[in-house]
Amino acid sequence: MTHGFPPPATGHVPVLRLGDVLLVTLQGDLHDSAAEQLQQDIGEAITRNRAAGVVIDLTGVEIVDSFLGRVLAEIAAKARLLAAETVVAGMRPAVAITMVELGLYLPGLRTALSTEDAMRLVGGGYADTVARPGGRRPGSP
Amino acid sequence: METAAGVEACLPIRSDMDLVWVRQHVRQAAAQLGFGLVDQTKLVTAASELARNTLVHGGGGRMEAAHVVRGRVNGLRLAFADDGPGIPDLDRALTDGYTSGDGLGMGLGGARRLVHEFAIDSAPGAGTTVTVTSWAVRPPHPREVV
Repeated sequence: MTHGFPPPATGHVPVLRLGDVLLVTLQGDLHDSAAEQLQQDIGEAITRNRAAGVVIDLTGVEIVDSFLGRVLAEIAAKARLLAAETVVAGMRPAVAITMVELGLYLPGLRTALSTEDAMRLVGGGYADTVARPGGRRPGSP
Repeated sequence: METAAGVEACLPIRSDMDLVWVRQHVRQAAAQLGFGLVDQTKLVTAASELARNTLVHGGGGRMEAAHVVRGRVNGLRLAFADDGPGIPDLDRALTDGYTSGDGLGMGLGGARRLVHEFAIDSAPGAGTTVTVTSWAVRPPHPREVV
Protein backbone atom coordinates (compact mmCIF):
# COMPACT_ATOMS: atom_id res chain seq x y z
CA MET A 1 0.00 0.00 0.00
CA THR A 2 2.66 2.45 1.00
CA HIS A 3 5.07 1.45 -1.76
CA GLY A 4 6.09 4.26 -4.01
CA PHE A 5 5.65 7.06 -1.47
CA PRO A 6 8.70 9.07 -0.63
CA PRO A 7 10.02 8.20 2.83
CA PRO A 8 8.64 10.63 5.41
CA ALA A 9 10.91 13.37 6.62
CA THR A 10 12.45 12.04 9.79
CA GLY A 11 15.79 13.74 10.11
CA HIS A 12 16.52 16.26 12.77
CA VAL A 13 15.09 19.74 12.44
CA PRO A 14 17.64 22.53 11.90
CA VAL A 15 17.67 25.49 14.28
CA LEU A 16 18.74 28.66 12.45
CA ARG A 17 20.00 31.84 14.11
CA LEU A 18 18.84 35.22 12.75
CA GLY A 19 20.25 38.02 14.88
CA ASP A 20 19.24 37.15 18.45
CA VAL A 21 16.28 35.03 17.34
CA LEU A 22 16.25 31.30 16.64
CA LEU A 23 14.13 30.20 13.69
CA VAL A 24 12.80 26.65 13.50
CA THR A 25 10.80 25.55 10.46
CA LEU A 26 8.76 22.37 10.88
CA GLN A 27 7.95 20.61 7.62
CA GLY A 28 5.56 17.77 6.86
CA ASP A 29 5.19 14.86 9.20
CA LEU A 30 7.43 15.05 12.22
CA HIS A 31 8.73 11.89 13.80
CA ASP A 32 8.20 11.72 17.60
CA SER A 33 11.90 11.26 18.28
CA ALA A 34 12.77 14.20 16.00
CA ALA A 35 10.35 16.37 18.00
CA GLU A 36 11.98 15.35 21.27
CA GLN A 37 15.46 15.95 19.86
CA LEU A 38 14.32 19.41 18.76
CA GLN A 39 13.42 20.34 22.36
CA GLN A 40 16.99 19.61 23.44
CA ASP A 41 18.53 21.37 20.43
CA ILE A 42 16.54 24.54 21.05
CA GLY A 43 17.47 24.64 24.73
CA GLU A 44 21.15 24.32 23.90
CA ALA A 45 20.94 26.83 21.04
CA ILE A 46 19.29 29.44 23.29
CA THR A 47 22.10 29.22 25.84
CA ARG A 48 24.87 29.07 23.27
CA ASN A 49 23.61 32.05 21.23
CA ARG A 50 22.09 34.02 24.14
CA ALA A 51 18.93 34.11 22.01
CA ALA A 52 16.08 36.40 23.09
CA GLY A 53 13.41 34.70 21.03
CA VAL A 54 12.39 31.47 19.32
CA VAL A 55 10.13 31.47 16.28
CA ILE A 56 8.58 28.14 15.29
CA ASP A 57 7.19 28.18 11.74
CA LEU A 58 4.26 25.74 11.37
CA THR A 59 3.33 26.73 7.80
CA GLY A 60 4.29 23.29 6.49
CA VAL A 61 2.65 21.27 9.28
CA GLU A 62 -0.54 19.38 8.39
CA ILE A 63 -1.59 18.25 11.85
CA VAL A 64 -0.79 19.05 15.48
CA ASP A 65 -1.83 16.19 17.74
CA SER A 66 -1.57 16.14 21.54
CA PHE A 67 2.03 14.90 21.35
CA LEU A 68 3.27 17.72 19.12
CA GLY A 69 1.10 20.17 21.08
CA ARG A 70 2.84 19.10 24.28
CA VAL A 71 6.25 19.45 22.61
CA LEU A 72 5.43 23.01 21.50
CA ALA A 73 4.17 23.96 24.97
CA GLU A 74 7.27 22.49 26.60
CA ILE A 75 9.63 24.24 24.20
CA ALA A 76 7.94 27.56 25.09
CA ALA A 77 8.11 26.81 28.82
CA LYS A 78 11.78 25.84 28.71
CA ALA A 79 12.68 28.83 26.54
CA ARG A 80 10.88 31.09 29.05
CA LEU A 81 13.08 29.76 31.86
CA LEU A 82 16.10 30.56 29.69
CA ALA A 83 14.84 34.14 29.22
CA ALA A 84 13.65 33.68 25.64
CA GLU A 85 10.17 34.28 24.20
CA THR A 86 8.62 31.69 21.87
CA VAL A 87 6.17 32.52 19.10
CA VAL A 88 4.47 29.90 16.94
CA ALA A 89 3.83 31.22 13.43
CA GLY A 90 1.79 30.31 10.39
CA MET A 91 -0.55 27.68 11.80
CA ARG A 92 -3.04 26.51 9.15
CA PRO A 93 -6.74 27.25 9.88
CA ALA A 94 -7.67 23.55 9.63
CA VAL A 95 -5.00 22.76 12.23
CA ALA A 96 -6.32 25.44 14.62
CA ILE A 97 -9.92 24.19 14.24
CA THR A 98 -8.85 20.61 14.91
CA MET A 99 -6.69 21.49 17.93
CA VAL A 100 -9.56 23.30 19.65
CA GLU A 101 -11.96 20.38 19.05
CA LEU A 102 -9.32 18.04 20.37
CA GLY A 103 -9.21 20.17 23.53
CA LEU A 104 -5.71 21.44 22.87
CA TYR A 105 -5.93 25.18 23.61
CA LEU A 106 -2.30 25.75 24.67
CA PRO A 107 -3.11 29.11 26.31
CA GLY A 108 0.52 29.83 27.17
CA LEU A 109 1.64 29.78 23.56
CA ARG A 110 2.11 33.06 21.71
CA THR A 111 1.15 32.96 18.04
CA ALA A 112 1.54 35.04 14.89
CA LEU A 113 0.06 34.65 11.43
CA SER A 114 3.37 34.84 9.62
CA THR A 115 7.03 34.32 10.40
CA GLU A 116 7.69 38.01 9.74
CA ASP A 117 5.09 39.03 12.33
CA ALA A 118 6.59 36.53 14.76
CA MET A 119 10.11 37.92 14.27
CA ARG A 120 8.81 41.38 15.07
CA LEU A 121 6.96 40.08 18.16
CA VAL A 122 10.06 38.55 19.70
CA GLY A 123 11.83 41.83 19.25
CA GLY A 124 14.46 40.69 16.81
CA GLY A 125 15.54 43.91 15.11
CA TYR A 126 16.50 41.62 12.26
CA ALA A 127 12.95 41.37 10.93
CA ASP A 128 12.75 45.08 10.16
CA THR A 129 15.74 44.91 7.90
CA VAL A 130 14.37 42.08 5.76
CA ALA A 131 10.61 42.57 5.96
CA ARG A 132 8.94 44.09 2.94
CA PRO A 133 7.28 47.43 3.60
CA GLY A 134 3.51 47.45 4.01
CA GLY A 135 3.37 44.39 6.25
CA ARG A 136 1.12 42.53 3.85
CA ARG A 137 0.27 39.04 5.05
CA PRO A 138 1.53 36.35 2.72
CA GLY A 139 -1.33 34.52 1.08
CA SER A 140 -3.88 37.29 1.58
CA PRO A 141 -5.71 38.35 -1.57
CA MET B 1 -18.59 6.51 -6.75
CA GLU B 2 -14.88 6.09 -6.09
CA THR B 3 -13.40 2.67 -5.79
CA ALA B 4 -11.83 1.53 -2.57
CA ALA B 5 -8.43 0.98 -4.17
CA GLY B 6 -5.80 2.73 -2.12
CA VAL B 7 -8.13 3.03 0.86
CA GLU B 8 -8.31 -0.51 2.25
CA ALA B 9 -5.18 -1.41 4.17
CA CYS B 10 -3.85 -3.06 7.29
CA LEU B 11 -0.85 -1.20 8.68
CA PRO B 12 1.34 -2.31 11.58
CA ILE B 13 1.79 0.03 14.56
CA ARG B 14 5.08 -0.99 16.13
CA SER B 15 7.17 2.18 16.29
CA ASP B 16 6.83 5.96 16.06
CA MET B 17 7.90 5.58 12.42
CA ASP B 18 4.71 3.55 11.84
CA LEU B 19 2.67 6.47 13.20
CA VAL B 20 3.97 8.52 10.28
CA TRP B 21 2.77 5.87 7.81
CA VAL B 22 -0.63 5.67 9.52
CA ARG B 23 -1.09 9.43 9.23
CA GLN B 24 -0.02 9.45 5.59
CA HIS B 25 -2.34 6.61 4.69
CA VAL B 26 -5.35 8.17 6.43
CA ARG B 27 -4.64 11.52 4.78
CA GLN B 28 -4.48 9.95 1.31
CA ALA B 29 -7.49 7.70 1.81
CA ALA B 30 -9.61 10.58 3.15
CA ALA B 31 -8.60 12.82 0.24
CA GLN B 32 -9.45 10.06 -2.22
CA LEU B 33 -12.91 9.58 -0.68
CA GLY B 34 -13.68 13.27 -1.06
CA PHE B 35 -13.16 14.57 2.49
CA GLY B 36 -12.68 18.33 2.72
CA LEU B 37 -9.47 19.78 4.12
CA VAL B 38 -10.77 20.37 7.66
CA ASP B 39 -12.36 16.90 7.85
CA GLN B 40 -9.15 15.33 6.54
CA THR B 41 -7.19 17.16 9.21
CA LYS B 42 -9.59 16.05 11.96
CA LEU B 43 -9.51 12.42 10.87
CA VAL B 44 -5.71 12.32 10.52
CA THR B 45 -5.34 13.92 13.95
CA ALA B 46 -7.76 11.41 15.51
CA ALA B 47 -5.87 8.56 13.83
CA SER B 48 -2.60 9.90 15.19
CA GLU B 49 -3.99 9.99 18.75
CA LEU B 50 -5.47 6.49 18.50
CA ALA B 51 -2.41 4.95 16.84
CA ARG B 52 -0.23 6.42 19.58
CA ASN B 53 -2.52 4.87 22.21
CA THR B 54 -2.16 1.52 20.44
CA LEU B 55 1.61 1.90 20.52
CA VAL B 56 2.09 3.34 24.01
CA HIS B 57 -0.67 1.66 26.02
CA GLY B 58 -1.34 -1.43 23.92
CA GLY B 59 2.30 -2.30 23.28
CA GLY B 60 1.76 -2.10 19.51
CA GLY B 61 -0.87 -3.44 17.17
CA ARG B 62 -2.38 -2.53 13.82
CA MET B 63 -4.78 -0.23 12.02
CA GLU B 64 -7.28 -1.49 9.48
CA ALA B 65 -8.77 1.04 7.09
CA ALA B 66 -11.97 0.34 5.18
CA HIS B 67 -14.14 2.20 2.70
CA VAL B 68 -17.77 2.24 3.85
CA VAL B 69 -20.79 3.59 2.00
CA ARG B 70 -24.10 4.87 3.34
CA GLY B 71 -26.53 5.86 0.64
CA ARG B 72 -24.42 8.02 -1.65
CA VAL B 73 -21.98 9.16 1.00
CA ASN B 74 -18.47 7.73 1.27
CA GLY B 75 -17.02 7.02 4.66
CA LEU B 76 -13.70 5.92 6.07
CA ARG B 77 -13.66 3.41 8.90
CA LEU B 78 -10.48 2.93 10.91
CA ALA B 79 -10.00 0.16 13.47
CA PHE B 80 -7.05 0.35 15.88
CA ALA B 81 -6.43 -3.00 17.57
CA ASP B 82 -3.88 -4.16 20.10
CA ASP B 83 -3.42 -7.22 22.30
CA GLY B 84 -2.29 -5.19 25.29
CA PRO B 85 -3.56 -5.13 28.87
CA GLY B 86 -6.93 -3.58 27.97
CA ILE B 87 -8.62 -0.63 29.67
CA PRO B 88 -10.06 -1.40 33.11
CA ASP B 89 -12.25 1.71 33.39
CA LEU B 90 -13.53 2.92 30.01
CA ASP B 91 -15.51 5.88 31.36
CA ARG B 92 -12.48 7.24 33.11
CA ALA B 93 -10.23 6.68 30.07
CA LEU B 94 -12.61 8.78 27.97
CA THR B 95 -12.52 11.71 30.40
CA ASP B 96 -10.50 14.73 29.31
CA GLY B 97 -7.45 15.22 31.45
CA TYR B 98 -7.28 11.63 32.56
CA THR B 99 -3.97 10.14 31.56
CA SER B 100 -2.15 6.98 32.43
CA GLY B 101 0.91 8.07 30.46
CA ASP B 102 2.77 11.32 30.05
CA GLY B 103 0.50 12.94 27.44
CA LEU B 104 -2.02 15.68 27.99
CA GLY B 105 -4.83 13.18 28.56
CA MET B 106 -6.60 14.27 25.39
CA GLY B 107 -6.09 11.07 23.40
CA LEU B 108 -9.32 9.10 23.63
CA GLY B 109 -11.83 11.78 24.56
CA GLY B 110 -10.31 14.21 22.08
CA ALA B 111 -10.22 11.68 19.25
CA ARG B 112 -13.90 10.90 19.88
CA ARG B 113 -14.80 14.55 19.27
CA LEU B 114 -12.95 14.59 15.95
CA VAL B 115 -14.89 11.74 14.29
CA HIS B 116 -18.53 11.05 13.51
CA GLU B 117 -18.78 7.58 15.06
CA PHE B 118 -16.69 6.10 17.84
CA ALA B 119 -16.77 2.64 19.40
CA ILE B 120 -14.42 1.04 21.87
CA ASP B 121 -14.14 -2.61 22.77
CA SER B 122 -11.84 -3.50 25.62
CA ALA B 123 -11.57 -5.73 28.63
CA PRO B 124 -8.74 -6.24 31.12
CA GLY B 125 -6.29 -8.70 29.61
CA ALA B 126 -8.15 -8.92 26.30
CA GLY B 127 -6.67 -6.03 24.35
CA THR B 128 -8.38 -2.94 22.99
CA THR B 129 -10.02 -2.16 19.67
CA VAL B 130 -11.13 1.39 18.90
CA THR B 131 -13.21 1.79 15.74
CA VAL B 132 -13.97 5.21 14.31
CA THR B 133 -15.90 6.23 11.21
CA SER B 134 -16.21 9.59 9.50
CA TRP B 135 -18.31 10.53 6.48
CA ALA B 136 -17.29 12.72 3.60
CA VAL B 137 -20.29 14.99 3.69
CA ARG B 138 -20.14 17.23 0.68
CA PRO B 139 -21.62 20.68 0.65
CA PRO B 140 -24.83 20.89 -1.42
CA HIS B 141 -24.31 21.46 -5.12
CA PRO B 142 -24.30 25.18 -5.88
CA ARG B 143 -27.37 26.33 -7.74
CA GLU B 144 -26.71 27.49 -11.26
CA VAL B 145 -26.99 31.18 -11.82
CA VAL B 146 -29.83 31.95 -14.21
